[in-house]
Amino acid sequence: MSIQVNQLSKRYGNQWAVNDLSFEIPTGEIVGFLGPNGAGKSTTMKILTGYIPATSGDAVVCGFNLNTDSLSVRKRVGYLPEHNPLYLDMYVAEYLQFSAGMAGVSKVKSAVENAIELTQLSPERNKKIGQLSKGYRQRVGLAQALIHDPEVLILDEPTSGLDPNQVVEMRNVIKNLGKNKTVLLSTHIMQEVEAMCSRVILLNHGKIVADNTLDGLKKTSPNDSLETIFRNLTSHVGSI
Amino acid sequence: MWVVFKKEIRSFLGSFIAYIVMGVFLIITGIFMWIIQENNVLDLGIASLQVMFNIAPYILIFLVSAITMRSLSEERRLGTIEILTTRPVSDTSILLGKYFAAVGLIVFTLLPTLFYYYTIHQLADPLQGIDNGATWGSYLGLILLAASYASIGLFASSLTDNQIVSLIISMVLCFFWFGVLSLLGDVKALDVIGKSLEWFSLDFHYQSISRGVLDTRDIVYFLGFIATFLGGTKLVFESRKW
Repeated sequence: MSIQVNQLSKRYGNQWAVNDLSFEIPTGEIVGFLGPNGAGKSTTMKILTGYIPATSGDAVVCGFNLNTDSLSVRKRVGYLPEHNPLYLDMYVAEYLQFSAGMAGVSKVKSAVENAIELTQLSPERNKKIGQLSKGYRQRVGLAQALIHDPEVLILDEPTSGLDPNQVVEMRNVIKNLGKNKTVLLSTHIMQEVEAMCSRVILLNHGKIVADNTLDGLKKTSPNDSLETIFRNLTSHVGSI
Repeated sequence: MWVVFKKEIRSFLGSFIAYIVMGVFLIITGIFMWIIQENNVLDLGIASLQVMFNIAPYILIFLVSAITMRSLSEERRLGTIEILTTRPVSDTSILLGKYFAAVGLIVFTLLPTLFYYYTIHQLADPLQGIDNGATWGSYLGLILLAASYASIGLFASSLTDNQIVSLIISMVLCFFWFGVLSLLGDVKALDVIGKSLEWFSLDFHYQSISRGVLDTRDIVYFLGFIATFLGGTKLVFESRKW
């Protein structure tokens, strides 16, 4: 198991952003985290990457408990946060070297080359990040996430804001990565899940409303499109 | 820690602020030392850097605050703090990396003033010369003072994601700890309270070290001061976890 989440909850003030979440993701699976805005996708990812602690519950990533051994988890997880934050005044290669250093990589040079190749960044490697198009910036964000060859990749809306061509390219890159890594990615676009993921976890108001393979989800109501299923599962506002 | 240190130094030297800030410091101290009538070294005829050591604490308030203003606030504004803190690096090493980078840059800015020392050394009456003890004591005092300002600056920068707000908070706090507290000692009405408050001011210990006599109490004061503000910074930095 790459990721095991057990009764995870996160409270902000008196609002539960994540409420009693439990799921497991086996090694090598690409899982889509789906749900409307504010469903708790980003919060869950922030907890799984050790950015914020959970209010209660356990999360075990790569065999290490985040409550007690966050450092060991962080060594093995690559994270692309929402909105892909970057230092715009740094050069691409310079930034990746910095990322490699922060990740504790011993062979910085080969790690940077590897990440650049995987994300097909080589034509832009000597440019400043601020000069890059959105699509390339997104690849830089992905490159820093996989600089230390992590076992698990956590990608928060990796394709948001990209044009259709870039979306397709990004999907291909992620799909390729998924061949030997566990990937958890979030999105609110159904096609995205269809194109990349083998399984989908649907969140609404901090709770899991569906956890199924795509085929399994389609079978629940064979006459509806995936979009309609999504709407049906998330539209009625659950009273808490 | 050194990865962060290196990145900070590089990004600062790559920005335009670095050269403005360093230039301003050298120009202002230069003007006070050599040009302003009646108060400059040549007119005074005293072979010491005292003019610079009197004015530098005030210029450093601006200089250090400008160096540290973006340190943490920029990471917050960009959101890169989320990447930084999800790397296998402790919060403490991130903060220390940033802190030492700021201190390193300040020392680097002070280096050219050694040229003033050399000049005065050459100009001085060979029999009497420049008071080396007082000069090196003052340099040590200045570095400790600037290092204290840097801890204030880092703290201020942890409070906000706006560089300008961070700059202002930092300057106000620095001025309070250096200037305001030491002035309280002169207020007759405050009597003993004023005097004890004065003891807490940075100026009091800066003056004490500047005399060229190393007193452990002054060193302990400065190190304690720095540790306190760095501790505060860490507290604010980790408040995301509350």
